[in-house]
Amino acid sequence: MAGNVLAIAGLHKSFGGLKVIDDVSFDVVRGSRTALIGPNGAGKTTIFNLLTGVYPVDAGTVVLAGSDITDIPSKDRVIHGMSRSFQNIRLMPHLSTIENVMLGQHARAHSLGDLLFPLGLVSKNKWRAEAEAALQNAGLDTYPGEVVANLPYGVQKRIEVVRAMISRPQLLLLDEPAAGLNDVETRQLQELLEKVSESGVTVLVVEHDMHFVRNLCNHVVVLNFGRKIFEGSPEEVHRSPVVLEAYLGTDEAGPADGGASAS
Amino acid sequence: MSGYIEAQLIILCLSVIYAYAIFLPAASGQLNLGAAGFITLGAYTSGWLNASDGLGLPMALSIVLSMAFVGAIGFAISLPILRTRGVYMVLATFAFAEVVSGIAINMEFLGGAAGMPVDAHAPVEIVVGAAIAVVLFCFFFMSTRLGLALRSIHDDESVSVLFGVDVRTAKVVAFTVGGMLAGLGGAIYGHHYNYVEAQTFNVLLSIYILLYVLLGGTQTAWGPLVGAAFFTVLPEIFRQFATELGSDWLADSRFIFFGMFIVLMMVVRPEGVVTRTMQDRCAGFLSGRRTRAAPAGE
Repeated sequence: MAGNVLAIAGLHKSFGGLKVIDDVSFDVVRGSRTALIGPNGAGKTTIFNLLTGVYPVDAGTVVLAGSDITDIPSKDRVIHGMSRSFQNIRLMPHLSTIENVMLGQHARAHSLGDLLFPLGLVSKNKWRAEAEAALQNAGLDTYPGEVVANLPYGVQKRIEVVRAMISRPQLLLLDEPAAGLNDVETRQLQELLEKVSESGVTVLVVEHDMHFVRNLCNHVVVLNFGRKIFEGSPEEVHRSPVVLEAYLGTDEAGPADGGASAS
Repeated sequence: MSGYIEAQLIILCLSVIYAYAIFLPAASGQLNLGAAGFITLGAYTSGWLNASDGLGLPMALSIVLSMAFVGAIGFAISLPILRTRGVYMVLATFAFAEVVSGIAINMEFLGGAAGMPVDAHAPVEIVVGAAIAVVLFCFFFMSTRLGLALRSIHDDESVSVLFGVDVRTAKVVAFTVGGMLAGLGGAIYGHHYNYVEAQTFNVLLSIYILLYVLLGGTQTAWGPLVGAAFFTVLPEIFRQFATELGSDWLADSRFIFFGMFIVLMMVVRPEGVVTRTMQDRCAGFLSGRRTRAAPAGE
């Protein structure tokens, strides 16, 4: 293994008197597909929001690819190699598919010339060509000019992944990518994420669908009430009495396969 | 060209310039009700720079310098104003326009309440040329990556940040460039009518300009053009129509219908006349292609 792409140490976050993240530490190995699971309210999305700088951390450190990014502004984290998708789709509804994808390139457009290049007027340019190739690679090349608000849910989910990937992240954060998808859409998404992983990008995914997690991930971190309660392979997690208790309050069965088992 | 048509064309061109000035910040979701303030600044600055008892500069140079000056003022006030949002930004920009108006009225060297004559005359060709240049510039601007960033900020500011968009800088640029365009509009106004008076640029003008933009639509660069054209030409057509019917009452009450029409527009097309989807459908219709692709593999 080539070391860790992400190292979280002693992370704390409270909202008012409520501790939502309490001394959480874990590493994400470069090239791995790690899942962050836990019952509703365990703090999974909060971790993502702390990683991306949406919320400031109360204490602890976040190190991404060797750089301490704990206190850097949100907009600069993408430059350090972190990109994400969202629990509820947050594509830009009034932009077309290709424009949404080209937004993902923004952090790489450094110069004034790049910022003032008329992407919309010049049909042949490197940015558009790259975005089109990325869509084609994801099997989404039918839709470049379509306003995304008019597209099917599963397609929008995949466009979010393409938008995140085109920023060339080292670490891709996916917040419940399979939520609300039917079986066909889930399979298409999984194929896309496998391609992403094969390209060398590390994936950290928050997901409730244990079937999806077991198919995709090789490492699982389990949270409950803002604390890390277990870490290991999907099989170990499935057998862990601590995890079973967190999910079901009993030691008779593991997290159910498929569906939103944690609800 | 008849005098009437020419007069209407001038009003249309000025409205278009004003509308694009307010459109640029509106494209990123910022509501600027201070158009009149920027226009006042542009009109007085260019008039004074050009006046023989001012600096006596050539008209073209006066206009360019007034744009730079108004842009600088726009930049300076954008820093505090962009800390506000929504209705508070509307109030802050409105207050700015009132302050500018108050200062202009009380400056004796600018003619005070009596207004200021402007020396050099801008003929209709210059007014039309300026409007065309502004339209082309804004279409270019909105097609750039910066324009894409502004539209992203309009849709979802926090996600734009996560993709590396410097939201504050983008908003400041939009506000400043918008201010420059309003300054240009004011300067052209002053040089065309050869007279500026602060009371002409009142809050009603600011409201109308913001209406052109919001009712035209902020999603595409066509919005302000359609909005300004629609709302400049429509009342005139209505007036002509009423005059031909010989009804004074109808001619006098056209603004009642105009107002009802605005309310109707807000109900029927809350996102403006021209939306992104509508633009795509029109483009698809014109090029003869289908715009709605069949879902692949679904």
